[in-house]
Amino acid sequence: MFKKTLALILASVMALCLLASCGGSTTNGKAMTEDVLPRPTLTKFTVADDFKIGVICLHDENSTYDLNFINAVNSVRDLLGLKKEQVIIKTGIPEGDECTTTAEDLVSQKCKIIFADSFGHEQYLIPVAKAHPEVEFCHATGTKAHTENLPNYHNAFASIYEGRYLAGIAAGLKLNEMIKAGKIKAEEAVIGYVGAFTYAEVVSGLTSFFLGARSVCPTATMKVRFTGSWYDQAKEQEAANALMNQDKCVLISQHADSLGAPNACEEKKVPNVSYNGSTYDAGPNTFIISSAINWAPYFHYIIKQVSEGKAIDTDWNGTIATGSVVLSGINTDVAAKGTKEALDKAIAEFKAGTLHVFDTSKFTVEGKKLDTYLADVDDLGDYVKETEAIKDGYFHESEYRSAPYFDINIDGIEYKNTAF
Amino acid sequence: MTAAERPVKAEKIKAPLITITKRDSLPPYRRILIRAAAIVAALLLCSVITLIVTKSNPIEIYKTMFSGAFGNGIRIIRTVYEISVLLIIAVAITPAFKMKFWNTGAEGQVLIGGLTTAMVMLYLGGKVPDGLLIVVMAAAAIGAGVIWGVIPAFFKAYWKTNETLFTLMMNYVAIQLVECFLKIADKTGSNVVGPTMLKNGWFPKFFGLDYMLDVVIIAVLTVLVYIYLRYSKHGYEISVVGESENTAKYIGINVKKVIIRTMALSGALCGIAGLLIVGGASHSISAETAGGRGFTAIMVSWLAKFNPLLMVFSSLLIVFLERGAGEVATVFSLNKSFSDILTGIILFFIIGCEFFINYKLHFRRQAKEERV
Repeated sequence: MFKKTLALILASVMALCLLASCGGSTTNGKAMTEDVLPRPTLTKFTVADDFKIGVICLHDENSTYDLNFINAVNSVRDLLGLKKEQVIIKTGIPEGDECTTTAEDLVSQKCKIIFADSFGHEQYLIPVAKAHPEVEFCHATGTKAHTENLPNYHNAFASIYEGRYLAGIAAGLKLNEMIKAGKIKAEEAVIGYVGAFTYAEVVSGLTSFFLGARSVCPTATMKVRFTGSWYDQAKEQEAANALMNQDKCVLISQHADSLGAPNACEEKKVPNVSYNGSTYDAGPNTFIISSAINWAPYFHYIIKQVSEGKAIDTDWNGTIATGSVVLSGINTDVAAKGTKEALDKAIAEFKAGTLHVFDTSKFTVEGKKLDTYLADVDDLGDYVKETEAIKDGYFHESEYRSAPYFDINIDGIEYKNTAF
Repeated sequence: MTAAERPVKAEKIKAPLITITKRDSLPPYRRILIRAAAIVAALLLCSVITLIVTKSNPIEIYKTMFSGAFGNGIRIIRTVYEISVLLIIAVAITPAFKMKFWNTGAEGQVLIGGLTTAMVMLYLGGKVPDGLLIVVMAAAAIGAGVIWGVIPAFFKAYWKTNETLFTLMMNYVAIQLVECFLKIADKTGSNVVGPTMLKNGWFPKFFGLDYMLDVVIIAVLTVLVYIYLRYSKHGYEISVVGESENTAKYIGINVKKVIIRTMALSGALCGIAGLLIVGGASHSISAETAGGRGFTAIMVSWLAKFNPLLMVFSSLLIVFLERGAGEVATVFSLNKSFSDILTGIILFFIIGCEFFINYKLHFRRQAKEERV
């Protein structure tokens, strides 16, 4: 009897603790400002009743990456008043011949546009595009549209490196605040970065983030650990912990899709700059700001072009101006004073075209300024770097094709592992 | 409860509410009836859950499932292909399973077959005529599958290592080898080497249909394995070793030889599965090429009681549920987890009903009457 009572009491205590811990995190009033770069309101237009768009997603809404696309297409659906069956979302389609079958199936369902969201879908989509010239195929993050010369096959991306640069400014200001308060010395301003793979997409992002931080905090340096996976909570957490403990990093950012790094930061009370949307709820005491790509303008654009019988750009690159690069609000509990003002100033410069992220006067490679760099823009399977990317004093990212191709390891950034 | 109370209670012991006894074998029609009842019960429970959770009409959900698997020509071809691939892997593991060699390594054996196929396609493609290339692909895939099957069999035969763990671990070795190959062959950073790189050695279309050559090959192999297990001396030896190793030894069967030979066959068939997936359908290799089929195949084989011909139906059931579930997720904007739940319920009932075929339940009231 005694044991049973004890067990019952212990169980209820545990349940209460659980309830209490849940309650605790939500009762905090959010110290978030309005979105710094908000999602724009898009214009309405009429779409024919027989219009259909098919969306092929690698995973389902449990992945922040795919969720971003699903939310975007659904928001455009609601805006344009499309019926549910006019937007067919296929989730969990692997990067393999299943993608071809799914695209064929969407064609047979009379979709006018077929969109795929993952890099690896591309080679399985192109044969279907060739076989069905009457249907438009749009592919996010792909690299082959500008060399395939198919009128109905298109790539898209966004200048997210500009968003990362802005997020970097917020990080640099936080470092300055820490130096000023005497918490760290100027040379201890080391940023840690958790990356998924060593691809151009990640390198372009982490470099722009670093350049943003260093534009306001000149002593900043950065250390990077790669996880070899786009979504692995344990590995991302582990990498963030190693950066904080072994590499003495005092601020963390990440380019991977789980909450591993933000959670590790919250535990250690180390400030975090996030990606793919606000992670304030995971780290109310450490979250500063987050950048993300907003895909709604692209869905809006392709549906509009097809409705009006106009051609879709072979490579479409969303910018701050199109509303494709967005920034969350600032967590005023963590961010340095004056962050909003500094960001607004840089945004204005981006809009005016006077600020270039990869300005060659702002970084060096092995001690030297870079005057010329051939990038592998044409993805023909040869890995030949054929396109001169540096002109007018800066590296022209996402101009010769939408997907990033900046893959240079610049001075000040140290890769702790490059196995991936 | 104190110690003093216990003896008092013990005297008042009642007959248990339910007693279970083993049945004599049931006539076939009753077995079919029990299975049909299980499926009906499963569908009813699924309907109730669907109504409660999603408020969607369950009939519509079942219709959508059917349409997802057989709704149009593209879907039918894909479904038939998926059934055949699952079937060949189930058939492949069956000889080992009949021998009570618990081969959980089909996943890795398929993968290594696929990997060697892809490597031949990549490195020899364009250098030799396509006909010869396909022959080399087949030889490489079968060879690799045999090696992957024989290693754990050899250790089991000579040192009695645990084959379940051994074959399971071989899966991870295969996965890592694939990852390694992807790293070397493809530098764009995609997780798959696909048709843009593997341009040669594609199986020809069969009467103008994709995948159909695979399906025909698999149909032939299934029949051959059925005959092998049922009518050949080897098949008999496998059954005896499975029933009792000592009996096998007593009647002069070389158990070690049978174990190794049978796993070589299992591995070869898995290697062929890898060959058919990569050369005949996807023209791609990634860590997902086997896609968990190596494990699903165990269920397919068990459900069919290790009869290769019946596996056509169990494989159809699993693939139908899977493909139907995907379509339900799309049409009803439900997460795929929901359709996985339905699939789980249906499989639970189908596997669970085997209990009622093998055992009989007696309730307490009956027991009392019997005593009176």
